[in-house]
Amino acid sequence: MTTEQQPIRPLDGVNVLDFCWVAVGPMTTKYLGEYGATVVRVESVKRPGTLRRAAPYKDGIPGINRSAYFASYNANKMGITVDMRHPRARDLMLRMAKWAHLVTENFTPGTMESWELGFDQLKEVNPAIVMFSTSMMGRGGPMEKQPGFGPVLSSLVGLTNLTGWPDRDPVNPYGAYTDFIVPRFAVAAILAGLDRSRRTGEGIHIDMSQLETTLHFSAPVLLDYAVNGREQSRAGNRDPGAAPHGVYPCAGDDRWIALGCSSDSQWEGLQRTIAPDGTGWPYNPDFATLLSRKANEDKLDQLLADWTSSWDSGALMETLQSSGVPAGMVNDCRDLFDDAQLQHRGHFQWLDHPEIGPYATDRSEMTFSLSPGSLDTPAPLLGEHTSHVLKNLIGLSDEEYKSLEEDGVLE
Amino acid sequence: MPGASTAASTSGIDFLLAPYRVLDLTDERGLLAGKILADLGADVIQIEPPGGNSARNIGPFHGDDPQPEKSLFWWAYAANKRSITLDLKQKDGQALLEKLVAEADFLIESFSPGYLEGLGLDYQRLAKINPKLVMVSVTPFGQDGPYSNYQANDIVGMALGGFMYLTGDDDRAPIRISFPHFYLHGGAAGATAAMLAHTHRVVTGQGQYVDVSCQQAVAKTLAHAPQIWDIEGAILKRMGVYRQTSGENRVRINWPCKDGYVNYMVQGGTVAYSTRALLGWMKEDGFETDELDAVDWEDMGYGAITPEFMAQLGKPLGEFFNGHTRAELVQGSLDRRILLFPVATPAALQDHPQLEARGYFKELDHPELGVAVQYPGAFVKSGDGGDISGLYRRPPLIGEHNVEIYQEELGLSASELDSLKRGGVI
Repeated sequence: MTTEQQPIRPLDGVNVLDFCWVAVGPMTTKYLGEYGATVVRVESVKRPGTLRRAAPYKDGIPGINRSAYFASYNANKMGITVDMRHPRARDLMLRMAKWAHLVTENFTPGTMESWELGFDQLKEVNPAIVMFSTSMMGRGGPMEKQPGFGPVLSSLVGLTNLTGWPDRDPVNPYGAYTDFIVPRFAVAAILAGLDRSRRTGEGIHIDMSQLETTLHFSAPVLLDYAVNGREQSRAGNRDPGAAPHGVYPCAGDDRWIALGCSSDSQWEGLQRTIAPDGTGWPYNPDFATLLSRKANEDKLDQLLADWTSSWDSGALMETLQSSGVPAGMVNDCRDLFDDAQLQHRGHFQWLDHPEIGPYATDRSEMTFSLSPGSLDTPAPLLGEHTSHVLKNLIGLSDEEYKSLEEDGVLE
Repeated sequence: MPGASTAASTSGIDFLLAPYRVLDLTDERGLLAGKILADLGADVIQIEPPGGNSARNIGPFHGDDPQPEKSLFWWAYAANKRSITLDLKQKDGQALLEKLVAEADFLIESFSPGYLEGLGLDYQRLAKINPKLVMVSVTPFGQDGPYSNYQANDIVGMALGGFMYLTGDDDRAPIRISFPHFYLHGGAAGATAAMLAHTHRVVTGQGQYVDVSCQQAVAKTLAHAPQIWDIEGAILKRMGVYRQTSGENRVRINWPCKDGYVNYMVQGGTVAYSTRALLGWMKEDGFETDELDAVDWEDMGYGAITPEFMAQLGKPLGEFFNGHTRAELVQGSLDRRILLFPVATPAALQDHPQLEARGYFKELDHPELGVAVQYPGAFVKSGDGGDISGLYRRPPLIGEHNVEIYQEELGLSASELDSLKRGGVI
């Protein structure tokens, strides 16, 4: 039998001591694990992380190892359970910090310091260490300890103000949206920090304010206020550079198509699809140019919605795309699993979890020609790897381990 | 050191990626990738077609004057970069690109799949010139597959990524964010991809090609919604100003106030103190709160507020919020430890005390326009508040650095540059 050589993954050999919890941190370290890093999550039995207590659970039965939410964001990681308030926890974590190249955390600023595990202390035992901290508002300043979570941040950062119908109250972008914007910036910054640590031998503490990072997702809106004094607000599905531009009903319950025409050729593609014989409402002079379509957009939307409403959304997408019209069905979560392109990319992958069974998680949106990532192991059971990590990765003796266990340092 | 090429940064600033050079061929579909690397200190050269990048056509504009040097979209995502012009369709242009590739660490592009290959400038070709090159493509759906040639704009991408179905009021069509995010998700992933491939290069000495899908990037913003289908067989729906807490139960999170909106979520349990404090404030205002005071907030579990109870709460809370300005509610909540937050507007962000304390906004001079502009600043700092990324150069004019790069760095003569200009190559 031959052993097949695994491709070298970008982060093979990178050790991560991971204190992150909830969503923004775990999504960040999931990328690291997917691309080869050895990620060890530090968890607590007394205070298990939020996502372990979040639906959906296998068979709808809550349980500390049954959340598919947690399982999805913590694939490819190992888990150890430590009582961080125990006086001996600090020394144990400093031994882990010697092993680690990177320490990650997203507590309220000051928490790591309260355990005497701040950057300066980590650096004493490991001068090349990279520490990554992220919080709602960043370290320092009058609001560094502001409590909150992703849905709040969407409001604080101004994205809620930009989402909704002009005649109604603004709505939140779905979920803890900012939690899923920050991680890509975070991974880029972390890897840049590791790169400098390698080049210089000097560690670095990276501090990411989720508010400051997320503002880059509306930077032109901020500039519009700064230079023009204009406060942009929610505009439904309209776009100043296109008409029609919106979401239109299709056949079935809550089925929709999104489309937008900004150029004449896209509009002509739509005209031809609706009325191949070159007659009827699409050829009304009211709709002949972008400016006239903008001026008559309400009427245009109404006529278009009447036409789309008998179509199957998937068939309409294919038909319009073949005529050069940007169009896409509004995928619900079941549709995502059936989406031909996501299937082609292998977006969802199933892992087999000891308590949940097979569960879906999403893979990276990046395909590497030489060093692909891979998700190989399900999320850890609570405390699953405590013994393995402490004995095999940082070399605790059986006696040391037993003593930590008996003292209640290990939960 | 693999990757650390001869291309020294000219920014003169010791940010994290100072030793590296990036060639940025993207338009509005990928500009953010290079912007992130530039903010981290890389020397990013934006390569524009003669006449300028199409992103320069995206409004709004400075003074509402729609000119390519005044696009605020361009300003936001091209700041920190240098600009040269280059016609990739001409042989001289291709030769110049190859010269630049020989000295570059990264190349990022966002053309439609197959476009560069058609010009003979695909990864296979460029890797022959520079085997250490990391090349990243950011496209709506990836380089191949059934949608790879689909036309996409923001609304189509946000729909196919699954975001829109979950956002908006339940009695109307799904909705997008009114500022386009589809390509920003892919652009940010492009920066992540570049750094992952770079890390691999540092270890192995080999460059590679990375193909990023914006659709997948959006589909990764959906929290546990896909798992709810996978595990429970339920399709999560959009719920407007409400947030689902359990099963059929949902609580309102966005509320109108006198002059805008605030974010407040009624909760009990560990944050019962916040609800009690709000009820106390309402009582000061003359609201009849006895019935609500009698509720056992402390023992209330997460997700225990039924739609009926929510309806009962909604009336007095809504009236109370409507009687105050956003500023009053935010300050009063800070004073009383109420978990209430502003739905921020651009003006409120400009004056944000935390952003101000951390020195977030950064002024860049635009001498041609005679103005200094406040830009969103560094997306990351060092733990002691030091600068490891940030803004240091105003967005470039079209071809602003042609002489600097072609003559001073690549060694072309003035007459060669003149010929290239006359030939429409630059």
